[in-house]
Amino acid sequence: MEVNEQISAQRQLLKTRPHNRMKVKPLTKSAFVTRITLFSLAVLTIYAFFTFDYKDIDFVDAVLLTIANLKAMFFEPHLKHFTFSHAFYQVFVTLGLAFLTTLFGAVIAVFLGLFAAENLSSKWISTMIKGFVAFIRAVPTVLWVLIFAVAAGLGSVAAVIGMTFHSVSYLIKAYSESFEELDKGVIEALQASGASFWQIVFQAVIPSSITYMISWTFLRFEINFAVAVAMGAAAGAGGIGFDMFMASGFYLDIREIGAITYFILAVAILLEVFATKVKRKLKVNA
Amino acid sequence: MQADIFVKKKRNSFLFLAVLAAVTFLAIIITEYDVVKGFTSLPNAIGWALANFYPTQESLAKLPDILDKMIETVLVSLAATTVAAVFAILFAILGSNTTRVNALFGSICRGVATVFRNIDVAAWAMILLFSFGQSTLTGYFALFFGSFGFLTRAFVESIDEVSGNSVEALRATGASYFSIISQSVLPSSTPQMISWILFMIETNIRSATLIGLLTGSGIGFTFNLYYKSLSYDVASLVVVVIIIVILGIEMISNYVRRVIL
Repeated sequence: MEVNEQISAQRQLLKTRPHNRMKVKPLTKSAFVTRITLFSLAVLTIYAFFTFDYKDIDFVDAVLLTIANLKAMFFEPHLKHFTFSHAFYQVFVTLGLAFLTTLFGAVIAVFLGLFAAENLSSKWISTMIKGFVAFIRAVPTVLWVLIFAVAAGLGSVAAVIGMTFHSVSYLIKAYSESFEELDKGVIEALQASGASFWQIVFQAVIPSSITYMISWTFLRFEINFAVAVAMGAAAGAGGIGFDMFMASGFYLDIREIGAITYFILAVAILLEVFATKVKRKLKVNA
Repeated sequence: MQADIFVKKKRNSFLFLAVLAAVTFLAIIITEYDVVKGFTSLPNAIGWALANFYPTQESLAKLPDILDKMIETVLVSLAATTVAAVFAILFAILGSNTTRVNALFGSICRGVATVFRNIDVAAWAMILLFSFGQSTLTGYFALFFGSFGFLTRAFVESIDEVSGNSVEALRATGASYFSIISQSVLPSSTPQMISWILFMIETNIRSATLIGLLTGSGIGFTFNLYYKSLSYDVASLVVVVIIIVILGIEMISNYVRRVIL
């Protein structure tokens, strides 16, 4: 790559005639692709604005209304249709959904992650699992949940299983990458001493990457909380997200949404602070 | 001494597992999760999907309509991401520790981004539904706010990563603030920023499906329409289209990343 850049840069130098100014920034392949990408993004964005279905909305009015709504939401929140303790309890339901999803996802991802790591399994199996992961990721979480809702009915079972899919694909990638960082010599030494596959895994691979695994898993828990809120709203999974959906679509009460948003924000920021602390502590120990 | 370490290790892992089990048990009770149903529903769902969830010859007639909605969704996600990126660059430059104007302003910029990031796009969609109704703009602004928060954080990190020393060096030569930004900070962090933007577009297409379900627009609405009316063959065609589009965009962005990074 670098060699190519140098060569093309040199060519540029050779081509320039003495009276021309030397080009300061030669057009390398990467610069070319960067420009093409930025250009096409800009063109597509402008094109997009012309194709939108605006439905005769007065834009200025709508923006002013949004600002008024946001003001009402954040400065005059109240709870009318739910009690405080109910909302508090529902936050824990959402946290419970996120926890179960993360747990199931982590357990499955550890095993599949072992087979996805190229140093522990064969190239062929690793590629197969990575293809499977790409397929899972291509289907949005809400569709996984709805597809499972047909078989299991709307509720926590469909939500947890549907959400587990993306957790698995995310964690497989994170775990297998940290497994691959393990020094090859360690595995070879253990193999030479006659250790079995599972002995290698439990005595060398997992202990050496446990700190990464914990911090990635916690990060996924944070994401899963947000996903669980959304699934509560879109797929009737219950929890605080469903209350928000009711406040928005059924009671049409913007102030109640404000109160629920405060609940969600508080938990999300608490999780973020906690995650940063966990990460710092793990770094000190490692 | 040696034995002590093993005993302690064993006790620690036992304690960890016990806490994990207790929390799991609590979570199962509080969410009313049916464990048996959880295990049986997986084979049930696979069986059902194999029997019903595939596109048939008749559902292909709906394909042009679906593609139309899909293109709309892709364009909304893309436009939301690029415009959010422009704002995010501004906020990231003002919020990054290396390029901020002053400390107070920097914290304000990052604080705004944190609030936007932690309110989920689904929540934004429900809030905006009040003022923008069932138009494309609801989804657009929901994606815009979510992307803005996320991209600001990502851009702050990329700016911090690449431009610590060069900013200091340029400042020492007496370069002005704007020439430092335009000649050093932006060029050196462009590849990473493009990579984040591409990532965000992929994420936004997935989120757009969810927002479409909630606000009645785009591909999410199309899916919901056929899903609710039990025409699973067409609904599955929608899923197939989404998979192909997302994998295609992933391929393009992987190629771009390989070349520019």
